[in-house]
Amino acid sequence: MSDLRELYLEMVTDHAKNPRKRGKVDACTHIGTGHNPLCGDKIVVTIAAENGVINDIKFDGEGCAISTASADLMAEILIGKTIDEAKILFNGFHGLLTDDSQPTEVPRKLAVFSGVREFPMRVKCATLAWHTLISALENDGEATTE
Amino acid sequence: MITDAAISDMFPALHQSIGGKKLVYLDSAATTQKPQCVIDAITSFYENDNANIHRGVHTLSQRATKSYEDARTSVANLVGASRPEEVIFVRGATEAINLIAQGWARPRLCDGDEILITEMEHHSNIVPWQMVCEQTGASLKVAKVNDDGSLDLDSFKSLLSEDTVLVSFAHVSNAIGTINPAKELCTLAKEVGATTVVDGAQATGHMQVNFTEIDCDFYAISGHKMFGPTGIGCLVGKYSLLEEMEPWQGGGDMILTVSFEETVWNEVPFKFEAGTPNIAGAVGLGAAVNFINEIGYETISTKEQELLSCGRKVLSSIDGVKLIGASEDNSGVLAFTVNNVHPHDVGTILDHSGVAIRTGNHCAEPLMNRFGLSATCRASFSVYNTTEDIDRLGVAIQEAIRILG
Repeated sequence: MSDLRELYLEMVTDHAKNPRKRGKVDACTHIGTGHNPLCGDKIVVTIAAENGVINDIKFDGEGCAISTASADLMAEILIGKTIDEAKILFNGFHGLLTDDSQPTEVPRKLAVFSGVREFPMRVKCATLAWHTLISALENDGEATTE
Repeated sequence: MITDAAISDMFPALHQSIGGKKLVYLDSAATTQKPQCVIDAITSFYENDNANIHRGVHTLSQRATKSYEDARTSVANLVGASRPEEVIFVRGATEAINLIAQGWARPRLCDGDEILITEMEHHSNIVPWQMVCEQTGASLKVAKVNDDGSLDLDSFKSLLSEDTVLVSFAHVSNAIGTINPAKELCTLAKEVGATTVVDGAQATGHMQVNFTEIDCDFYAISGHKMFGPTGIGCLVGKYSLLEEMEPWQGGGDMILTVSFEETVWNEVPFKFEAGTPNIAGAVGLGAAVNFINEIGYETISTKEQELLSCGRKVLSSIDGVKLIGASEDNSGVLAFTVNNVHPHDVGTILDHSGVAIRTGNHCAEPLMNRFGLSATCRASFSVYNTTEDIDRLGVAIQEAIRILG
């Protein structure tokens, strides 16, 4: 069985306990709601973007340590990125957790979630914020991990 | 009295390691583990008696029919039905409730009628009624739950009126273990002339149930929550009501004669069992009933109550653990939350210690909302658990707090 320490790395537990980007962005241009029916987690991602660049992004809602840390690190990493770059990062992150056929290049901050792949029941926890991000950017709507 | 070790030895799945630690199975409210006698009965059926039932004249078919009908009689005797024909085999408690909803309620209810349920129901005792309301124009009323997880009797009484056509409630709550006073609730419902449905999915694996004594009209049973296999359950119904009802599915075995001009239904219970049923499942359930009779409900509930009080003590002594809906009449469910640790994380960390619990909303979202929670942790007991299992649970929760609390 996989080591629990690979799942709950210090960076993950730190961001889970003390999220830096929890809240709502003032004057947001994009909003998305995410829902994981499996565990009841709900998340709202708000984004302030201008000329295709994400100036600020926050998340709100309650979730497990994995989903909270993932949302928080996602928000931190996306500030200053373009919307296109955000979508590329989503694909990379998704690949990191679900596709073990090829190595995925992701920023070091996101690589802390690579251990989640060994816990299949928790992959949806880690990807909820990212699915919500994409739905905010593309549909301004609701994402679900179903 | 039979020893803990002897009971545990009857359940092969309990004797394995998870991540190098001995499995502690505390998820019996989701499904119980199966004793060897149930596994053997199913294997033996397929190895020796497998045939279709009721129609064949050959020996295997006769044996299969006898095993299937013997299982019906065993269930009828276990739950005090007045005759075996009152027991209809279905896929599970969910299908039993849907059968009542579509077979009894839908043709009878109309605009202005009311269905009364409670806030502690499993989704399977909510959604079928919402569907009936949508189809008939009836409305759904919901009796409140007290802070301790017991049913608010005043709320229940206040919602009963001459418009109440049907009352349906859980005998035992799957999410928090509350045992409802089934007989009392049915008596109250009958005073306004309502038909009564008791969802017994969480009851028959844990305590003696007597259908005739409760005096409800319908009682839903889940096989896999009482040591039987999945995919089999029963609807127990009063014979006169079952006779009045139209079948809900058409097909083979549920008819006496078929022609293109006229088809005549078979008698109760066969008119509700269209198609080849889960024969091996029924045989397995029959073996599960024999197992329960052999161990005895008294042993089962004494053991579970002992585990419950021990579990409440152990959990209450851990800082940051809060028990949810810990009512006095409880059938062996510990629902709890851990401060600053999401139930999903608790579940993963406990699993890593070999301790299997359920986390989430337990298919009872309205009840979670009632307690202002999106999810809880649930440890649920059966006769094969021991106080050592509770100690392991306590230690694992402390580990979760150490990592994330």
